[in-house]
Parts: sequence; C-alpha cells; structure tokens
Amino acid sequence: MTGHVHGTDVDVSRDLLGAIGGVPTPPTDMVVDATNVEKWFGKLHVLRDVSLTVKRQEVVVVLGPSGSGKTTFIRCVNHLEKIQSGRIFVNGHLIGYRDVNGKLVEDKEANIARQRQEIGMVFQRFNLFPHKTALENIIEAPIQVRGTPKDEAIEMGRALLTRVGLAAKEGSYPSQLSGGQQQRVAIARALAMKPALMLFDEPTSALDPEMIGEVLEVMKELAREGMTMIVVTHEMGFAKEVADRVVMMDDGVVVEEGTPEHFFSNPTHERTKSFLSKIL
Amino acid sequence: MKFDPAEFLNFTFTWRDVLIGAIITTLLMAVVAQIIGVLLGLIAALAGRSRNPLVKAISVIYVWFFRGTPVLVQIYLLYFGLPYLLGIDPFPKQYGSLPELIGGGFVAVTLALGVNEGAYMSEIIRAGILSVDSGQAEAAKSLGMTPRKTMQRIVLPQALRVIVPPLGNEFNNMIKTTSLASVVGVTELVLLAQNRYGATFQPFEPLLGICVFYLAMTTIWGVIQGRIERRLGAGTRSEDVPGFWSRMTGAGRGRQGDTGGVR
Ligand SMILES: Nc1ncnc2c1ncn2[C@@H]1O[C@H](COP(=O)(O)OP(=O)(O)OP(=O)(O)O)[C@@H](O)[C@H]1O
Ligand SMILES: [Mg+2]
Repeated sequence: MTGHVHGTDVDVSRDLLGAIGGVPTPPTDMVVDATNVEKWFGKLHVLRDVSLTVKRQEVVVVLGPSGSGKTTFIRCVNHLEKIQSGRIFVNGHLIGYRDVNGKLVEDKEANIARQRQEIGMVFQRFNLFPHKTALENIIEAPIQVRGTPKDEAIEMGRALLTRVGLAAKEGSYPSQLSGGQQQRVAIARALAMKPALMLFDEPTSALDPEMIGEVLEVMKELAREGMTMIVVTHEMGFAKEVADRVVMMDDGVVVEEGTPEHFFSNPTHERTKSFLSKIL
Repeated sequence: MKFDPAEFLNFTFTWRDVLIGAIITTLLMAVVAQIIGVLLGLIAALAGRSRNPLVKAISVIYVWFFRGTPVLVQIYLLYFGLPYLLGIDPFPKQYGSLPELIGGGFVAVTLALGVNEGAYMSEIIRAGILSVDSGQAEAAKSLGMTPRKTMQRIVLPQALRVIVPPLGNEFNNMIKTTSLASVVGVTELVLLAQNRYGATFQPFEPLLGICVFYLAMTTIWGVIQGRIERRLGAGTRSEDVPGFWSRMTGAGRGRQGDTGGVR
C-alpha cells in the first residue's frame, strides 16, 4: 500500500519496522518515565519540574511556544543535555546518570552511548553525514556500534530506503537530496539501530511546504506500526491524526496534557487556549 | 660582477654522494618531522578538548611553549641541553650500524622540528574540528557512537577538508625550516653549500644552487598538494581550491595558515 499526501508522489510502503526485522519489545510498559526534571542553562531556568511518561507504542506530541523548552526536554531524554535534578528513565534505565545515594552522578560515556542505541533521534536540520551516501549514512551506526556484518547492514539499509521511498537514491550524497529526502534518510538512519523509542524535534519545520507531507507520511506509518514516539511539532494535523496524547509546554513547564480531542476542542488552560488560537 | 657560472653549474648539477645525501637528509627530516608534528598535533588537539583539566592544561602549555619560543632555541635545548641534563649523550655522531646520515644531529633536529610542528598542527586540527557543525557529533552520539567513534568516523573525516590546505603549507615551510639543522652540523643543503664556499670563498654560487633544490622540492610538493586538495574537495565548489600558480606565488591567497618560513 502506498500513501499519497499533500499531492506528493512519494511512496511510503507499509512495514517500515519489517525492514529492520521488527524492534525488540521494550522490557517495561513504561518506555519513558521522566519525573521532576529541572534544567538550567546557567542562570536560565529552562525546565521546571517536568514530568512526563510515555507508554509502549504511544505517540506523544509536544506543543508550545518558541523557547518553552521542548527541544531541551527531548534532548535530555537521550542525554544530549545534562539535567540538574529529577530522573529520566527509558526502558527502566536511568539515562545519563548513576543514582548515588539520591544524587545524580554523570555516567561513563560508554554507558551513555549504549543507552542512546535504544533511542532514535530525528533533528530539525537532518544532520546527515555529508561525507557519506544515503546508504552509508544508514549502515554506519549498525556496523560501527552494533557490530552488524556489512552485507547484512546493507541489506537492511536498502530495505529501509525502499520503505521510505528512496530506493533509487542509495548512492546519493546528502547535498544531492532535497530536504524532504534528507529527512526521510535521517529517519531511516535512526530506525536502522532498531530503537525502542524515537524522538522527533520539529522534523518538518526546516522543510519547504511541498516536502512536509512526505516526511509526515513516514512518521504516520511508523506510528501505525506501533513505534513509541515523542514528537515536537507544530503540525496540528499530525497531532490530531496520530497523537495518543498531546503535551503543552510553556516557559519550561508542562501546562496541560490530554488526548487530542480534549486538547483541540476544550483546552482548560488559558495559556493553551491562547497558544492554539495563534497557531490554528 | 663576480658570478661564476661554471662554479654554479658544477655545484648544482654534478651528481655526487654528498649532494644526494644532503637532499635525502633534507627531505627525510622534513617528512619525519611533519609526521611527528601531525601525530602530536592530533594528540594535543584532542587533549585540548578533554574533560580532564590536567590533560587539557598539558595541551595548552605545550602549544603555548612551542609556539612562543624560537624553534632554533628548541633545537639547542634538545641537542645541547638534554645531554647536559642527562649526563649521557643521546645524540652521538652515529648510532651503531645505522647510516651516518641518521646521526645524533639528524635525530635531535627532526625531533625538535616535529615537536615544534605539533604545536602548530594542534591549532590547525583544533580549528578543523571546530569547523564541523556540532549537529554532526550530536547525530553520531544519538546513534549510540562513543565520543571516540564519533571523532574517528564522523568529525575528523569532515575536518580534513579544513585541515589539509594549511597542513600542506606547513610542510612547505618544514622543507625550508630543515635548513636550521646546519647549525648542529647536519649535512643538509645549507651546510653542503657552506662547506663548499668555505673552501672556494665563492658563497653566491652554491647558495644559489641550493635554492634550485629547495624550489624543486617545494614546487613538486605544490603540485601534489593541489591534487590532494582537489580530491578532498570533490563534489564541492572547485573555486575553493587554489590553482597551481596562485599557490606558488601566493597571489589571491589570504595569509591564513601561512606562517612564513623559519619562526
Ligand atoms: N545551549 C543553550 N545555552 C543556553 N540557553 C539555551 C541553550 N539552548 C536553549 N537555550 C534556551 O533555553 C530555552 C528553551 O529552548 P528550547 O530550544 O528548548 O525551546 P523550544 O521550545 O524548543 O523552542 P523552539 O520552538 O523555538 O524550538 C530558550 O530560552 C533558549 O534560549
Ligand atoms: Mg526547538
């Protein structure tokens, strides 16, 4: 089956996860469990007592005005940012730290790297490796990190490229791909590590409007297949259609969370209302 | 006008063992010192990014000292200072059965030039690493790559495009800086010329002669450097890579990376 969205001719096949032989079932029902997270950038208090849980196969969309801490929060989830207090567990593992008598002590790089293998991340600006082809981008981490044999990795990489509609582009360098194509490669690259969780930070906001649909379509397919996802986005259509839960952040605080129906029909908080009125 | 063309031609174009030995000595010192410099520079650049403040401090002090003092003094410190401190001579005229060419002077100067070069290469490599978008390292880390793998597989290969042009200029300088070895009695090109005019009292002709050799070496290197840069720049805008003549003459080129001969 193929999906045609926003008038694009991009074919997104079913079975994105089939291309990687499925992802391991998370050991716990709670994939993300963040409690009382506090984060400062110097004197700037960016996350204030943020708590958020994400269950297996759940899709959580994070909304909020610019500077509210959305990016910072999901970067904390794979420890690209340090936190000052609170706890973030992914699959039951405390991320980035060891808990020594109630105090956070930063973990060894090797341990953090191991934890990140289970957490895929898709960036606003793609961050593909420019010195590697589309296929090489995808197989790099499986080979270097997981120790997957090269031919196996290539087979998986090709399957992924086919599923995101880019079978013909395996030899292309990122500079030879459109933004939408680059972002689809980036999603495939993250998937190649068979993550239990995918983080998306405004994956379509650096794209020309006509390319947004093809990327959203891949993300929707992933959601349908049961990938656990946290998605920061301003694409309300995506949130309404795919989200199990919507979280509204403002000024480093989780202001409100609920189902899309609740959120878009009768938000309770003033700040949510005014934000939605601006964006819808 | 005293110029003696016969003496010039005789000195320059009569192939003889001392001349060949001097050319080999010059080239060997330059190549080995540059390799030492690149390796030390890489280590110092990485150490400079270390979380460990002591490791970082050592890197900073290393670069500070070797960029802040004359390389000639560094050669003297090593060649005269070390035997004095140790009470034994690590730089004898000849090492056992090794060829005489690779004697103590050669070793001391090559080491000193290499260690000195490492300080400059450290800065060049550091700038190269910084030129790579931080999103690259983040993407690599997010895929579970360790800092070491991230550096090795993602950051350094991309930094190379920024590192190689000034590295080429450094080697051009290195070829010329080996002339300092003459002060500790290494028979490279300058000492070869000095020996000649010490006997003939005609300084101009052999000095002009060794210029021919230096020019030959730096010119050939310029060609090789251009090839390497063009290959590294494949797929990017070609006007970024200076052509042969602008490289040789410096025309249309900023001063960036060109530290200009002996320092
Ligand atoms: N590396 C940093 N150093 C200092 N301050 C930072 C840093 N990164 C983010 N900030 C600040 O932290 C706050 C939260 O930023 P963040 O990027 O998380 O917001 P956001 O919700 O993702 O916004 P946007 O919708 O614009 O992407 C902002 O005030 C921002 O200026
Ligand atoms: Mg953001």
